Amino acid sequence: MTTLNIVVCVKQVPDTAVERTLTPEGTLDRESPDGLINELDEYAIEEGLKIAEAHGGEVTILSMGPAKAADSVRKALSMGADKAVHVLDDGLAGSDALATSAALAAALTRVGFDLVILGSESTDARTGVVPAMLAERLGVPQLTLAATVEVSGAGVTIHRLTEDGYAVVTGSLPAVVSVVEKINEPRYPTFKGIMAAKKKPVRTLTLADLAVDTGAVGLAGAATGIADWAARPPRTAGVVVKDEGDGGSQVAGFLAERKFI
Amino acid sequence: MIGYKLGDEHEELRKSVEAFARDVVAPVIGDLYEKGEFPYDIVAQLGRMGLFGLPVPEEYGGMGGDYLALCLALEELARVDSSVAITLEAAVGLGIMPLYRFGTEEQKRQWLPALCAGERLAAFGLTEPGGGTDVAGAMKTRARLEDGEWVIDGSKSFITNSGTSITAVVGVAAVTGTRPDGRPEISTILVPSGTPGFTVAPKYSKVGWSCSDTHELSFAGCRVPAANLLGERGRGYAQFLRTLDEGRVAIAALSTGLAQGCVDESLAYVRDRTAFGGPIGRFQALQFKIADMEVRAHNARLAWWHAAAKMAAGEPFKKEAAIAKLTASNAAMDNARDATQIFGGYGFMNEFAVGRFYRDAKILEIGEGTSEVQRMLIARELGLDA
Ligand SMILES: Cc1cc2nc3c(=O)[nH]c(=O)nc-3n(C[C@H](O)[C@H](O)[C@H](O)COP(=O)(O)OP(=O)(O)OC[C@H]3O[C@@H](n4cnc5c(N)ncnc54)[C@H](O)[C@@H]3O)c2cc1C
Repeated sequence: MTTLNIVVCVKQVPDTAVERTLTPEGTLDRESPDGLINELDEYAIEEGLKIAEAHGGEVTILSMGPAKAADSVRKALSMGADKAVHVLDDGLAGSDALATSAALAAALTRVGFDLVILGSESTDARTGVVPAMLAERLGVPQLTLAATVEVSGAGVTIHRLTEDGYAVVTGSLPAVVSVVEKINEPRYPTFKGIMAAKKKPVRTLTLADLAVDTGAVGLAGAATGIADWAARPPRTAGVVVKDEGDGGSQVAGFLAERKFI
Repeated sequence: MIGYKLGDEHEELRKSVEAFARDVVAPVIGDLYEKGEFPYDIVAQLGRMGLFGLPVPEEYGGMGGDYLALCLALEELARVDSSVAITLEAAVGLGIMPLYRFGTEEQKRQWLPALCAGERLAAFGLTEPGGGTDVAGAMKTRARLEDGEWVIDGSKSFITNSGTSITAVVGVAAVTGTRPDGRPEISTILVPSGTPGFTVAPKYSKVGWSCSDTHELSFAGCRVPAANLLGERGRGYAQFLRTLDEGRVAIAALSTGLAQGCVDESLAYVRDRTAFGGPIGRFQALQFKIADMEVRAHNARLAWWHAAAKMAAGEPFKKEAAIAKLTASNAAMDNARDATQIFGGYGFMNEFAVGRFYRDAKILEIGEGTSEVQRMLIARELGLDA
């Protein structure tokens, strides 16, 4: 393989530091707060750039989102990616994980790829299933929760984070890899990168361009629905255990009552 | 036309440095400050972000940006910590800029790439034990040409970035002769770290800027090649006047950052801290303090933006730079005093950012021209002669 065609999926999410609100439909209001690149996607971008630097290759950013997601696409380009594809269509609003994976898979099939990298979950929906759905739709190996990624020849090997360590997983290319925070330290864009990003090509694709049926995506095509929601109750004061010789059993009792142990 | 906001690219850079200061500097700086350690790791990261090369063209390893971009980075860093900000300011403003502006092509090729990458640092030695304000009159450091080499004797005080393990070179202002009008001829000579006869004294114990590297330097028969003359012989005075004019805009931006940091910290604190049954932010006495702090930070920012805009346009900016430095350093001092007051006893503790701000603010009225000097410059620009 001479040049790897790496595609990094990037999602714009509302800033977790500000109050987030829901629309009347119960989906996240994406208009009001400042949009940021989903944190784990920054690690995905960094990994894509590192692989491209080490093996030779090109990094394409793929983002599906409203018009203002263009800011996040620009930021990803300023970190050093070569070009971008923005899937932009009003019909996509309210897409759930299944619908999102359909649109992204269509875009990936359209632009072509050797390696797709994405964050293992987003800070807004946190379903964590898009990478697997994407691989399934594309019919390629999925290597999820990667704490390291090694590309060699026509294969890719990861250390998959598990509860008690890691598993070594190998797959053939093309493949989908999702990454966890451990994997690297994302770079900050340089001023040169920021200026260069202005001139990098960003292609906008609509559902019609991708030949995706509007009924299959968006709120209409969502396989999951929001039946009801409620604000998280305010934090309570908590329980203070005073150790008078029986502190340990009090703590154990507290945990056992809540089925933690 | 008057602009009231930054261009997209500058705004993106500002945001990126803001995030860096918050995520990388803030969590570790309190500890480094307490120990008085130079922040090598942070400097390396600033280097990878390209901040040292901001105003330098790409052909010398820079970012192809401008001085405004540097100043924005300084303001954002100083919102969180001034030791880190002054390390960048001195490295670029006093180290890199004279080399870039006045250096020969060969000197630029030799030094700038590693300096712009933040892998090495350059310092500039102007001030002497006998005087910083009357620097030309008090200069005792001498350099004479002997067998194709400059031989330097003398000493320099308070030189920033001069003694780190990555310091590569110090530009030393020295008297190299007498001008036809009888005044001293001053030139700048580049002295690489480790040159025999060049001694770096142990670092000073300072009131603030605890992580910044400051030393007294001495030169005893220190020999460097004749080619180490920075630019032209006899141009030293003009070189540092230009360097200091620019540096004032940078120090003004840094001071604005400290003033803004005081507002940021105070706003969060008064919402959180309670007294007499509610947050202290409901007391008008504190609200007015914070309002005054906001006014000062705002005015300081407008002042340095204006000076930077004139500089970028290639117009004379001496008066505006002096106004900016005076305004912003006053704002920093006043805001640091008010912020520590708002924090009560915690304001006097080193582990709180405002405690550091208090210690770091004073030097801003002294370094790169004291407040008296700024007033002298402004008065002179108004046509008032001594
Ligand atoms: C932490 C730190 C870092 C520094 N880094 C550097 C560096 O990297 N490189 C460098 O070259 N220097 C550096 N300096 C030196 C700094 O620029 C000088 O300290 C400053 O210019 C003042 O000089 P001075 O200390 O000799 O004070 P003096 O010049 O002795 O001034 C003493 C007082 O007299 C006042 N004064 C002097 N002349 C007049 C006048 N004509 N009218 C009215 N008032 C007057 C001054 O304003 C001041 O209040 C640094 C200083 C510090 C503390």
